[in-house]
Amino acid sequence: MKSSRRKFLQIAGLSALGWSICPSLLQASGHGGGEGGNGQGVRWAMAIDTRKLDDKLMEECVHACHSIHNVPKINSKQNIKWIWSAPFEKLFPGQMHKFLKEVPEEHTLALCNHCGNPSCVRVCPTKATFKRPDGIVMMDFHRCIGCRYCMAACPYGSRSFNFADPRRFLKEQNPDFPTRTKGVVEKCTFCAERLDEGKRPACVEAAKGAIYFGDLNDPHSEVRQVLKERYSIRRKPGLGTDPSVYYLI
Amino acid sequence: MLEKAIKGSKIYWGWLGLLLAIIGVGFGAYMVQLNQGLSITGMSRDVSWGFYIAQFTFLVGVAASAVMMVIPKYLHHYQAFGRVLILGEFLAVAAVSMCLLFIVVDLGQPQRLFNVLLHPTPNSILFWDMVVLNGYLFLNILIGWVTLQAERKQVPPPSWIKPFIYLSIPWAVSIHTVTAFLYCGLPGRGFWLTAILAPRFLASAFASGPAFLILLCYIVKIFTKWDPGKEAIQSLAKIVTYAIITNLFFLGLEVFTVGYSQIPDHLLHFKYLFFGLHGYSTYVPWMWASVIAGLAAVAILLNPKNRQADNVLAFACVLVFLSCWIDKGLGMISGGFVPNPLEEITEYIPTKLELMVTLGVYAAGFFILTILYKVAVGVKKEVDA
Ligand code: SF4
Ligand code: SF4
Repeated sequence: MKSSRRKFLQIAGLSALGWSICPSLLQASGHGGGEGGNGQGVRWAMAIDTRKLDDKLMEECVHACHSIHNVPKINSKQNIKWIWSAPFEKLFPGQMHKFLKEVPEEHTLALCNHCGNPSCVRVCPTKATFKRPDGIVMMDFHRCIGCRYCMAACPYGSRSFNFADPRRFLKEQNPDFPTRTKGVVEKCTFCAERLDEGKRPACVEAAKGAIYFGDLNDPHSEVRQVLKERYSIRRKPGLGTDPSVYYLI
Repeated sequence: MLEKAIKGSKIYWGWLGLLLAIIGVGFGAYMVQLNQGLSITGMSRDVSWGFYIAQFTFLVGVAASAVMMVIPKYLHHYQAFGRVLILGEFLAVAAVSMCLLFIVVDLGQPQRLFNVLLHPTPNSILFWDMVVLNGYLFLNILIGWVTLQAERKQVPPPSWIKPFIYLSIPWAVSIHTVTAFLYCGLPGRGFWLTAILAPRFLASAFASGPAFLILLCYIVKIFTKWDPGKEAIQSLAKIVTYAIITNLFFLGLEVFTVGYSQIPDHLLHFKYLFFGLHGYSTYVPWMWASVIAGLAAVAILLNPKNRQADNVLAFACVLVFLSCWIDKGLGMISGGFVPNPLEEITEYIPTKLELMVTLGVYAAGFFILTILYKVAVGVKKEVDA
């Protein structure tokens, strides 16, 4: 008993040494320096109530987000979307079975998951994609070189690329939010600019109670409360990206 | 030695002129792309890398293959490669130059390229790919130039170059390994998420590179009346034979793994490429052509008699080159992105403008190659005389 415990301590010590030498391989995400997700500080998260959302509500969420962030409407496969509605079977491939399909195809919202271990941050060669201390995965549009490596790395298809000049496709502009140029990647930012003003994300507001938002590290936050009460799943949990968007079933 | 590049026949100048014209057309197409953005390509939200990155990946292999001559020559003192080694090294220079050009034309904001150096990011494989590619370019220019100069003076190469030569061996392996790592560490891309990707890349590199070099040797022989030597070509042919067999074997390993495990995330990409998925089947004929060309090449090359007949060998080399090019230059990237992580299918077909830019880059590579070969062969002939 004793010797096996000693062995365990030795191994633990050795692996700790290994981690300290090579932390970037294990936790390669922290360009932002972040504490987010480590149990301290704020880590923003979202819980989407799939039962409360209907088509109309989802459309309003998408509209709220895309209009304030100057996301252009482009009708081609080179389109841009920050948040969109997609059928369950696409968002949770592998978790569907054929009897579920007897129910009319259910849709829910998809957006960037602001992963705790984001592969998009790991691959970006310029730190244009970075993780903030509060767990939000952000983009610096002025630093991005448009290599689109982050798009290959995101396992959720959450990123869009400005193949053309996006301003051409904007009928109205929100002067309070910057527009982008061609040649850079963009994605949902969890409305970081609104959070900084103490507001909630635009889609959360538009969802009229169907989306919960708050700090994952605060046991009293509304997200934590609802996660305690309801059964929830995340997209592709097996990939180890640790998404911060939860789906209440 | 560069003066050798400015004295040449009408054919030489005509060829350079033709290449310049193609470069001009490609440059024009690139100007349109700079103006309109990558919207002129067939890429999409779902297939975010296309023809440019595929050609880059393929050409890294061609560049890496020079090592297949450096090892026998410098580690085993196999002298027959002494005559052609410089051709391999200069081919590597031209191939890496094309790789770098392909990366640049693929960027959405090329003028910000130096952000990669201004904000070095060691956890990004792309950063390391830049490092190893530029390093390899430098190594091959240096080694090629210094050894050629020594040869011209008919003295042995200076001893300080030796460490660089030895360094170039693992370095060549590294460029293709790191390029494979670009793909194989990505979650949710089942087609690339395989530890055998780097070995597969190397196997196809050691097949397609030497095959191309054999073809170049024949071309050099015809146009310059300088003979690279039968023995060197025969040894290269053996390398091609083993490598293309290994390459097909590795493909078989992949097919078994995904086929037997039946995990959809991994299997669907192969289904899409080789059988088509939900009615989308653009790549099916190509992929089968690649497999059949590879198998046919093996059937031809295994027989020593075939390898000794120049025409048959050249034909087999074309097959090998084609097989590897389709596999890496077409299937590898498209297969990885289709179906996308949401299991949706968006097919990728390059546009005309995209192909023109690609052709322009290839022409630039051949331009560099021609000039370097002109110098190398000029020196060789001078020494032989
Ligand atoms: S969902 Fe994709 S883009 Fe968003 S943080 Fe995760 S990996 Fe990055
Ligand atoms: S496209 Fe921009 S954000 Fe994405 S990896 Fe490249 S530099 Fe980073």
